Amino acid sequence: MLKVNDGARKGKSGRREHKAWLSVLGPVLGLVLVYAFFALVGPESFLSVRTVETIARQTAIVGTAALGMTLVIISGGIDLSVGSVVAMSSVIVALVLEGGQGPITAVIAASLAGALCGLVNGTLITRLKVAPFIVTLGMLLLVRGVAKGLGREQKVDAPMTWLVELLSSIPPDRRWMIVPPGVWLLLGLALLFSAILRYTRLGAHIVSVGSNEKTARLCGVAVERVKVYVYILSGTFAGLTGVLQFSRLTVGDPTVAVGLELDVIAAVVIGGGSLSGGEGTVLGTILGAFIMTVIRAGTSQMGLPNWVQEIVTGTIIVVTVAIDRWRHRRLQSN
Amino acid sequence: MVELRTPRLEARGLEKRFGPTIAVAGVDFSLASGEVRALIGENGAGKTTLLQLLSGVHVPDRGKIELDGELYAPASPGDSRTRGVVMVHQELALAPHLTVAENLFLGMEVTRFGVLRRDEMRDRSRRALAELEQDEISPLTRVARLSLAQQQIVEIARALVHEARVLILDEPTSSLSRPDVEKLFRLIDRLKQRDLAIIYVSHFLEEVRERADSFTVLRDGRSVGEGSIEEASSREIVKLMVGREIREMFPRSKRIPGDVVLEVSELTGPGVPRSASFELRRSEVLGIAGLMGAGRTEMIRAIFGLRPVLRGTVRVGMLTSLALPGVRLAQGVGLLSEDRREEGLAASLSVAQNLTLSYLEGLGPLQLLQPRRLDRVTEEWIAKLDIQCRGPRQRVSELSGGNQQKVALARLLYHDLDVLLLDEPTRGVDVSSKVAIYRLIDELAAERGKAVLLVSSYLPELLGMADRIAVMSRGRLAAARPVAALDEERLMEACTC
Repeated sequence: MLKVNDGARKGKSGRREHKAWLSVLGPVLGLVLVYAFFALVGPESFLSVRTVETIARQTAIVGTAALGMTLVIISGGIDLSVGSVVAMSSVIVALVLEGGQGPITAVIAASLAGALCGLVNGTLITRLKVAPFIVTLGMLLLVRGVAKGLGREQKVDAPMTWLVELLSSIPPDRRWMIVPPGVWLLLGLALLFSAILRYTRLGAHIVSVGSNEKTARLCGVAVERVKVYVYILSGTFAGLTGVLQFSRLTVGDPTVAVGLELDVIAAVVIGGGSLSGGEGTVLGTILGAFIMTVIRAGTSQMGLPNWVQEIVTGTIIVVTVAIDRWRHRRLQSN
Repeated sequence: MVELRTPRLEARGLEKRFGPTIAVAGVDFSLASGEVRALIGENGAGKTTLLQLLSGVHVPDRGKIELDGELYAPASPGDSRTRGVVMVHQELALAPHLTVAENLFLGMEVTRFGVLRRDEMRDRSRRALAELEQDEISPLTRVARLSLAQQQIVEIARALVHEARVLILDEPTSSLSRPDVEKLFRLIDRLKQRDLAIIYVSHFLEEVRERADSFTVLRDGRSVGEGSIEEASSREIVKLMVGREIREMFPRSKRIPGDVVLEVSELTGPGVPRSASFELRRSEVLGIAGLMGAGRTEMIRAIFGLRPVLRGTVRVGMLTSLALPGVRLAQGVGLLSEDRREEGLAASLSVAQNLTLSYLEGLGPLQLLQPRRLDRVTEEWIAKLDIQCRGPRQRVSELSGGNQQKVALARLLYHDLDVLLLDEPTRGVDVSSKVAIYRLIDELAAERGKAVLLVSSYLPELLGMADRIAVMSRGRLAAARPVAALDEERLMEACTC
C-alpha cells in the first residue's frame, strides 16, 4: 500500500520538478524575449556594441544594489532605502576625493557609510519590531536628507581618479576587457553571493528565516542577528553601488538614483525572488536586472518620451508582483 | 419536564467528511427552548466540526437540522446568524478597533437610506447590556480596552441584540477566572429565562454538572449517549467519553531509568503554566496529560526558551539557567513542535534543508556546506526512519503528514540530542507512521538512553508509551505517577477537574 502511495506522489512531484526547471529558465526566456522585441521593433542602433555596453553599465548599478536586496528579500524583508544610500555614498566618494584622499579610502568610506545605514535599518527592525517597509521608508527620506546636507544641495565635483574608469566606456586600447571593470565587478560579486547563499551557514540561515521564521527560531537560528547581517550587506552593497554611480556621472550627486530601489526590487522579483521570503536566486536577480535595463534602454532608443518609459516600467513591476502572488497561492494550495 | 417541550433545534444523522477522514459520523441530538445542553467529548471527538455545521461554516454531507420545525441549512456563518443561531467562539471573534456597539451590529448594521443609525444601535446595545446586568460596559468603548471576560459578554450580548433563538458557547470558561465563571453562570440563567436554547461545550465535567440540564456525549464523531445531567454520574459520563477499544500497538522494551537530565521546578510563565515541577531521567518516557489549553505546550516552550518565564528554574544536566533555543540545543535539548505546518518545518524548503537546519556542522570543509554532503547525510536518515520521499531535495510540503513528522523527528535525532521534548508527536499522522513513531520513541529511550517528555492529548498513547504520567490542569502540573497506577478514566477525571 505504501508503494502505491509512493508512486502517486512520484507522478505529482515529477510534474512539479518540470515546473521548477521552467522557473529557472523563466528569467532567461524573459531576457531573450525583451531583447528580441527591441531588436525587431527598435532602431538599428539598438543592436550596436555601444548599446550593449550602455546596458551593461547601467545593469552594473542596478545589479550591484540588487545583490544585497536579493538577500533581504529571501530573508522575508524589504529595503526601500537603497536609492538614497546610493546617492549619499556617491556624494561621500566625491567629498573624500575632494579632500585629497585616495580612491581606495573613498570606496571604503562609501561602503562603511552604506553598512552603517544597513545597521540602523536592521537594528530598528529587530529591536523596535517595526515592519521593514516602514523602517526603510523612513531611512529613504532620512538618508536622502543627509546626502543633500553633505553635498550642500548640489553636485560635488571631484578630481579625476581611476574610479571614474570603473563604469566609463572602455578606451580602444583596452577592448580586450569587453565590458567596463564595474560590470566585471558585478559578475564577481554575484558569484561570491551565490556561494554565500549555497555554501555557508549564514546563507542557510537567511533562507530559513525567510521561509519560516518560527522554524528557524525552533532550530536555534539567531533570527534577529541574521536579519541585521542581511540589512548590513544590503547597505554595504548600496554603498558600493554609490561608487559605481559616481563613476558613471564623475560627480557626487545627492539627487541621483531616486526610485532606484524600485528597479532593484523589480529585478529581484522578476528573477524569481518571492516578496514573502524564502525564495530567490542571485542568477535570477542578475537576469532580472538585465531585463529592467534592456527595457529602459530599448524604450529610450525607440525615442519614446520619458512618460511612456515610466508607464512601461510601472506596468512591468505590477505584472511581475502579480505573477509572484499567483505563484505563491498555487504553492500554498498544494 | 424538559423533554415535554417541542424541540427548538433538532439534528438527525449529521455526517461530515474531510477527504478521507470522517469528522462527524452520525450525530443526533435535540435542544428545547430554555434548555442548556452540554456537548461533551474528548479532543478530536467531533465537537468542533459539529459546531461548524450548526453555525454554517461547513455544510453537512448527510442528515438535516430543523430549527423550530423548519429546515435549517445555513450556507454561511452570516446566514446562521440571521436565522437566530449565535455562536460564541473560544477564541473571541471581535474587531478590537471597533466599539462595543459597532461590534454588536457588525455585518447587521441598522441603516436608513444607507446611513448608519448610530443612535439606535447604541441604545439597543445599551439595553442588551443592561439586561445582562453589565451596565459598566459602555457601548462606545473600544473592544480592545475590555477585559477578556467583558469581551466574552459582548459576544453573548450579540445573541440578545439580534433576538437569537439558539446560543452556542464553545468552551466559554477556558480563559476565565473563577469569579468571572460565576458571573457567566448567572448570565446563562438569565438567558434561560428568556427561553433561549443553549448549547454548552466544555471539557470540564464539574462545570457541566453545575450549569447544564442535559448532555450529549460525542465519541469518534458519533453521539454515543445522552440524558439528563442529574440522572448520570460523572463516572458514567467519562466512561462514555473514553470507552473505545485500543487498536494501536505500543511497544515497551525494558527501560532502566538513569540520571536526572532535566529538572524543572516551580516554572511559572505569564498566564500558563502557573506552576510546573518535574524530573526527567535518562531512558525514561514521561507523559504529560491534559486538555487543550491546560498549559502543556506553553510549559515545554518555556523550558525550550520559546516563551518567557516569570519564575522558576530549569536545570539541564548540571546547568541551571533560562536560555534561548540555540543554547538549549547546544545543551542537548530539542523540541518537536505540535504545529508541524506553521513551525515544525519550513514547508518551502527541502527535506535536507529541514533536517540539517539546527545542526550545520561537519557538512563540508572550513565550516562550509557542501550540498552533496547534505544529501548524503539526509539519505541516511531517510533510510533509517523509512521516510517516503523522492530524495533529499524534495520539498517537504510535498510529503504526507506522517512522513513530514518523521523529518521533524529526524532533525532531533540527526542533531543527536539527549532530551527530547515531543509535543503531540502523532497528531495528524496516519496509523502506520504512528506505530513507527512509537517504536522509535521506545528504541530511543530503552536502547539509546534518551530522556523523552511526551505531551499528548491521546490518552491510550500516553498510557501505552509513558513510564510515568503527570497531569496538567488549568496551568498546574500535578506530581507524576507510575503508569501502572493509572487508567483512562482516572486520567480523564484528573484532566477535567
